[in-house]
Amino acid sequence: MKAVIVGCGRVGAGLADALDRAGWQVLIIDRTTAAFDRLPSTFGGTALRGDGTDEDTLRRAGAEGADLFLAMTEGDNRNIMAAQLGVEAFGAVRTLAKINDPVRAEAYALLGIATLCRTNLMETAVLAFLGQDAGERPGIFLPGATHTHPLGAGPASTTEA
Amino acid sequence: MFVLVVGGGKVGYYLAKELIDSGHECVLMEKDRGRADTIRDEIGSVVIAQDGCEGKYLREAGANRADIVAAVTGDDEDNLVICQMAKHHFDVPRTIARVNNPKNERLFRHLGVDEIISPTRMILGSIEQDIPVHELLHLAALGEGELEIIEAHLQPGSPAIGRVAGELRVPSGCSLFGVIRNGAPTPLRSDTILAEGDKVIAIGRPDCEVELREQLIGEHEEV
Repeated sequence: MKAVIVGCGRVGAGLADALDRAGWQVLIIDRTTAAFDRLPSTFGGTALRGDGTDEDTLRRAGAEGADLFLAMTEGDNRNIMAAQLGVEAFGAVRTLAKINDPVRAEAYALLGIATLCRTNLMETAVLAFLGQDAGERPGIFLPGATHTHPLGAGPASTTEA
Repeated sequence: MFVLVVGGGKVGYYLAKELIDSGHECVLMEKDRGRADTIRDEIGSVVIAQDGCEGKYLREAGANRADIVAAVTGDDEDNLVICQMAKHHFDVPRTIARVNNPKNERLFRHLGVDEIISPTRMILGSIEQDIPVHELLHLAALGEGELEIIEAHLQPGSPAIGRVAGELRVPSGCSLFGVIRNGAPTPLRSDTILAEGDKVIAIGRPDCEVELREQLIGEHEEV
């Protein structure tokens, strides 16, 4: 199973390590080489410096046919673009994009990309810690059930996520 | 016409200015407060100092009644998100994105952006017209990018020179429909004899290119 992770921050590096240990073939991309210091010395995957929203970079890195594509950089829009590239250009089976803005996180879930919203996750955690009702604040928005591939004319592979 | 311009760099600034001068209703969004203030001093109160990528501020700027949203920031990913939010969240009929990396054109088109303007591509096209290139020249993309208008300049070494057009093995999914000879456009008939210097205009799917290049350009010569 092949996983592509864009963004080697704490979350990206942690996930890369976990998937590597679980036997996945892991490819992690970041714009700075220093970011790879977060990976443990035991990491057996590939770490590549480059722009994860650049189709050529992803192609050279071998992102084609990934089973899993995780967009985990600090930029909401970079994650949105990388995840959509993963699906549309490289046929990733499952994708997850980190989008901290809850409005965009929900909007892109409706467009067929599973999204992770740190704002909601943290608010829910803090409110629970305070013993207050968190209401409806999903940490992960699943792709809309009625997905009709509004992103374009391509294969609706995102519905499988 | 109500146009919402996102991105207050040089492009956004002049665009908003021209639109207002020609009598259109226009709102400009620029997230940098200092820059927004500077523009507001010059073009008036139509400037909103907020991030046009955020749904909340797009709504405040009137995205739901905009006829056109033009995303002209310097970042491709931001322009993509602005257009997608406008299109799918606010039902804006026409979205225009500036694209810096020409490689992103296809993706943007595929993801539903109506019009894509690539300054890089335009300058590149202009340079390519001036220097002899043994390549096909892309003039325009049609529909959602599934068809392209391509120009082939027949230069010495082209296997097509001296042959009648009907003899060429044109790949399926592609059609030669005109020739520009000495600056004059003429329709390409099956009995047209192709000559050096002709510019053959073809329309076809992007995957026809390899065969088309073999037929019209020939083997690539290293210069």
